[in-house]
Amino acid sequence: MKLIAAMSGGVDSAVAAARAVEAGHDVIGVHLALAANPQKYRSGARGCCTIEDSHDARRAADVIGIPFYIWDMAEEFHDGVVEDFLAEYAAGRTPNPCLRCNEKIKFAAVLDRARSMGFDGVVTGHYARTQISENGKTLHRAVDHAKDQSYVLSVLTIEQIAGAIFPLGDTTKVDIRKEAEARGLAVAQKPDSHDICFVPSGDNAGWLRDRLGSETGPIVDQDGNKIGEHKGAYTYTIGQRKGLGLTVPTADGSPRFVLKIEPVTNTVVVGAREELAITTMRGERPVWCGPKVTDKEQAGFVQIRAHGAALPCTYHFDGTLLVANLSEPLLGLATGQAMVIYDGDRVVGSATICQTQ
Amino acid sequence: MPSIYVDHAATTPMSPAAFEAISTQLQVLGNPSSLHTHGRSTRKSVEDAREVIAKQVHCLPSEVIFTASGTEANNIALKGLYWQGRSQGKNVVVISAIEHHAILDPAQWLKDHEGAELITVDVTADGVIDLVSLKNIIDKKGSEIAVISIMHANNETGTLQPISDVVAMAGQIPVHTDAVQSFKKIPLSFSQLGLYAMSLSAHKIGGPLGIGALILKRAVEIPALLHGGGQEREIRSGTLNAPSIVAFAAAAQDEYQIAQVIELRNEFIKQVKEQFPDVIINGKNVDRLPGIVNVTFPGTQSDTLLLLLDKANVSASTGSACSAGVHEASHVLLAMGHTQQSAQSSLRFSFGSTSTHDDLNFILSVLPDVIARGRAANTK
Repeated sequence: MKLIAAMSGGVDSAVAAARAVEAGHDVIGVHLALAANPQKYRSGARGCCTIEDSHDARRAADVIGIPFYIWDMAEEFHDGVVEDFLAEYAAGRTPNPCLRCNEKIKFAAVLDRARSMGFDGVVTGHYARTQISENGKTLHRAVDHAKDQSYVLSVLTIEQIAGAIFPLGDTTKVDIRKEAEARGLAVAQKPDSHDICFVPSGDNAGWLRDRLGSETGPIVDQDGNKIGEHKGAYTYTIGQRKGLGLTVPTADGSPRFVLKIEPVTNTVVVGAREELAITTMRGERPVWCGPKVTDKEQAGFVQIRAHGAALPCTYHFDGTLLVANLSEPLLGLATGQAMVIYDGDRVVGSATICQTQ
Repeated sequence: MPSIYVDHAATTPMSPAAFEAISTQLQVLGNPSSLHTHGRSTRKSVEDAREVIAKQVHCLPSEVIFTASGTEANNIALKGLYWQGRSQGKNVVVISAIEHHAILDPAQWLKDHEGAELITVDVTADGVIDLVSLKNIIDKKGSEIAVISIMHANNETGTLQPISDVVAMAGQIPVHTDAVQSFKKIPLSFSQLGLYAMSLSAHKIGGPLGIGALILKRAVEIPALLHGGGQEREIRSGTLNAPSIVAFAAAAQDEYQIAQVIELRNEFIKQVKEQFPDVIINGKNVDRLPGIVNVTFPGTQSDTLLLLLDKANVSASTGSACSAGVHEASHVLLAMGHTQQSAQSSLRFSFGSTSTHDDLNFILSVLPDVIARGRAANTK
């Protein structure tokens, strides 16, 4: 196949590109420039798409022996990922930008462009697997569960999965680094990136404050009594206990947790821990990574964070929303996050959490 | 599979004579600044080369200052002439809107860090500087201008600039020209033009990479960028790169196949216009360098076209990229009135002495598919 390998300048995408070449594909390396004004250097695990990263990607492509280009996706990234991130926070939800980037950039803008240019698909260094079965090409967890990235890929449609190649899903990260070393790739020991790439300082709250302002507002209990003041509602997360700065103690001295963020009234609602417990979540804008979910209740697992636990549940689709009923109550679930349904290791689909109870 | 190179304005193959010269000189021992036999022998080769370059551009041998690049020559000239002017109370730097980054960026630096007032001369839709606007600037600011720097021919479109008119208008004001693209492609006479300074580069004419020259009028003393051993009129210290210098001179004596290059260029334009009637040939109404064609293909993105051409074994150019490697809309095309979008739909094809009709036919055979896919992939 003729493939575009998305190369970030990190070890994973470099080995993925090398493996695709070795598998006999005709591969071209592409580094996505996602920041309009990239920083020169990367600092530790923070940030990506610095100029240094693009040099690392170019060098890896040269060592692998494939052509290399840089594609400017800064505008698409800003509109589809950064603006979405801000809008979600402003609406009191907690978004996952990596998921949005896969949905709108890597497997949309890049895959579409690649296909128009005559390529068959996009290779990335994500830790995930695909399988061909009677249901077509399906998406599965990586062998290395600690590194598994199927959660952030759960927004891919069947069409997009058809054009996605993940060569690393069968290997652990430790072995990928060894392989990179053996292949003579200078990025073999380059640190992983963890934080949000467009917040290079790592200070999410500060970054949001600079863009959304820091309008103070009330912190209230469940009866609506004001018991404190916050410095920008979006810097709080459901389930958060620390940093509330409350001076009025509860009657029994038990701690308070953030229960709700109400952007319209700029209010943060706090309450007792048990108030956080939920057993049902509903998600909007569902995406199916394989056969469509029906109104028939199925047993499976739901995951609500990139590296969170798979929680046993039953699930169905009510025609508008994806509904998951948990076997055990869960504490602290923010809307805006993705709920991803698994059938064993297979990704069934995902939706953006809009209601919990 | 053929491998077609149509990016001679970026760099061009080293000529056999230059290759022979550099190979031979690399085996010769001696620092040209040393006073003994070995040193004097190398020095003689360097001075022979200097005379060759001087003869080619009609200047005195002592007016040739060897540098490591055209960029360095531009930096020495612009900054040096500015600093010299500033010491006499003149702080205005005048450049055109279509200069190479090796002038644009030092000029901006002089503004940001050295107190220069930077004035940019506009260009016409065909990419030629507007002499009326230059005259207005000189009339208004003449006594404050430290240096005027206007390129001899533009590197992206090939359009020639009216340098003799500029010099005539400038009177006593020092004029520098970046002649990197013009040297050996069209007649170029430092003395006839009456310039203060002119920049050249070896690798654009079949010499090696990493060697250039600043032609600087005799007895013009400007502050140096590099201080050290005092070589090159104390304007450019550093051990002279004798092997590259002799190869530069060898390349300068080669004959440029001007008629052949013009014929290929014209044939290319004719055929491209036939294949794609909606293309724009940038600068088409004015005199241009023989080898450069800049084409706008509406409805495409040039970085996509470059990738597809490259995949089809054709090396062309999108113009400049920023330090992150991202293709940018050409400031030259923008200055000529293009929109961001149309500027980003343009490619430069540049032919050289080694270009052939077979090259041309091959490019024309792959272009339809490249442009069709490029249009399909266009997202802007």
